[in-house]
Amino acid sequence: MKLKKHLLAIAVTAVALAAPGAAFAQNKVNLGVAIPAATHSFTAGIVWWANEAKKELEKANPDLKVTIKTAANAGEQANQLQDLATANKINALVIFPFESAALTKPVAQVKGKGVYVTVVDRGLTDTSAQDAYVSGDNTAFGKVPAEYIAKTLDGKGNIVALRGIATTLDNERMDAFNGVMKAYPDIKLLDAKYANWNRDDAFKVMQDYLTRFKQIDAVWAADDDMAIGVLKAIEQAKRDDIKIVFGGAGAKGMIKTLIDAKDPRIQANVSYSPKFIYDAIKMTAEARLKGEALPATTIIPSVLITKDNAKEFYFPDSPF
Amino acid sequence: MVDRQLDQPAPPRFQRARSLGSRLHAVGPILGLVLLCVAGTLLNPDFASLDNAMNVLTRTAFIGIIAVGMCFVIISGGIDLSVGSMAALIAGMVILLMNTLAGSIDQPVLVVAIGMAASVVLGGVFGLAHGLLITRGRIEPFIVTLGTLGIFRAYLTYFSNGGAITLDDTLSDVYSPVYYTSVIGVPIPVWVFLIVAVAGALILNRTAYGRYVQAIGSNEQVARYAAVNVDRIKVMTYALLGACVGIATLLYVPRLGSSSPTTGLLWELEAIAAVIVGGTALKGGSGSIIGTVIGAVLLSVISNILNLTSVISVYLNAAVQGFVIIIVAFLQRRK
Repeated sequence: MKLKKHLLAIAVTAVALAAPGAAFAQNKVNLGVAIPAATHSFTAGIVWWANEAKKELEKANPDLKVTIKTAANAGEQANQLQDLATANKINALVIFPFESAALTKPVAQVKGKGVYVTVVDRGLTDTSAQDAYVSGDNTAFGKVPAEYIAKTLDGKGNIVALRGIATTLDNERMDAFNGVMKAYPDIKLLDAKYANWNRDDAFKVMQDYLTRFKQIDAVWAADDDMAIGVLKAIEQAKRDDIKIVFGGAGAKGMIKTLIDAKDPRIQANVSYSPKFIYDAIKMTAEARLKGEALPATTIIPSVLITKDNAKEFYFPDSPF
Repeated sequence: MVDRQLDQPAPPRFQRARSLGSRLHAVGPILGLVLLCVAGTLLNPDFASLDNAMNVLTRTAFIGIIAVGMCFVIISGGIDLSVGSMAALIAGMVILLMNTLAGSIDQPVLVVAIGMAASVVLGGVFGLAHGLLITRGRIEPFIVTLGTLGIFRAYLTYFSNGGAITLDDTLSDVYSPVYYTSVIGVPIPVWVFLIVAVAGALILNRTAYGRYVQAIGSNEQVARYAAVNVDRIKVMTYALLGACVGIATLLYVPRLGSSSPTTGLLWELEAIAAVIVGGTALKGGSGSIIGTVIGAVLLSVISNILNLTSVISVYLNAAVQGFVIIIVAFLQRRK
């Protein structure tokens, strides 16, 4: 018995000694990815891009294993984190937290086990639970359309806005939009109502805007799904005063409309692609394979998409 | 009238209670609606415009048509939680069907007609399945439809890869008049809503079937002893509701020409709320189609008014809806 124990101890030491040696060449990385389930087109895009990253990276790096888990709610995601840490024995994690506050403790526990943690999009309430943070640029998401609309309207006109679901992310966008508009006193934001990032709700809200306001120059729909509902409502009301409908995020249908110049009201968009999960997985995997760390914060910029650069943002195979 | 066995033992009590009750209860929702309309007009004169009225009625049509079917199910003592998911799945399947058919059939009008028929048939089949599981399977309707609520939406998500299923452009051009055209100044969905409501009211109040539904809801055992084929009647209420969902969906599809996993979210609660606000008891037994229609209109008028004004913080919109529902329910409460 004793001998056996000794042998085991030696074997363990040998492995432990061998591991740093291997690190000079290539680390073994067992990467867990925890993301929300595909319940609407944006999260469907997240799932699709995560699987793309897995395919590409596993093919290119034999030392890399990627395990993807999708969760329908915060509780399920917390359970998956435990499974990833104990059953899958991951040593790196990329997580798109369902909720910031609820997932902070579970992520901290995983990190406590020595797992390298990259958090995507929704920051944790305690940043010490993460090693790196990769996010889309919500400020630019509101700023870019505001600047575009202000410029195109020559600093004068009536606009209406639609909002998503009451979240900090939505507030950041709205604040950034209002921040830019402060410099244009002749542009009047008539109202901004919630339409839940939903086509049907956007249709109704826009119908009522059209009833209420006789002159609207531009609509900040703030999301490509909502823009679809907005366009239908305008069509139904046969109104031709609206010159710009600005969506957001760069869904493939809208980018296609932009490329084909199908609708004169759709001349620009702002990028906020679910591809950032792909970037985050790729960056984390490649850095960990070399044993390196990521910068503490990486912001994937949201940029203006126009007809000229639209092709770079068109991914016909993605569900988003 | 038609059924002696059921009517003879208790015609005066049953009938008197129903007519008196429905009159009393119907006043509450109407009063609520009138007050809301007055408030709406004061807040924004555009509220009273014909265009706005048509907008509101048209968007009420989906929930309203479903609510008429739901009214039967609730009166019979049942419930259906799946209607929102069902509508979304039917929309998705019908769009996929039409897109596929467009490849082989060269007449878009025919393709759309097949799609519309398929919508109602699918709804009926889903409803039938509910009814059979509830009666033959002896499973609580709450559980059966809670199960299918998840199943329907999951299959839609699966078919769409989580994205949106979108109707082919040429078909969309052919189909969209079904939602956007008006006949004698009234949009088609409103006409359909009206027809469904009138048919529902006639079936509920003027046929043996309608009477059986109410009898089962007030006391299933007594109805059974009175030789009512309880299972058959129940299955029919669910199939009828399914068909109503199908009709609502065939009007919904041409509006945006797409279905996604967020389509029809919470429609079940809106439909149930419309029925209950309209004076139907959640425990079943009695109810009114007119009340249900008013309930459905009332619910969409609330959000319409909120959209037409900025008096109330957007953060409180849902609260206003809640307050109004509770107040109206208070007005029509039973003595």
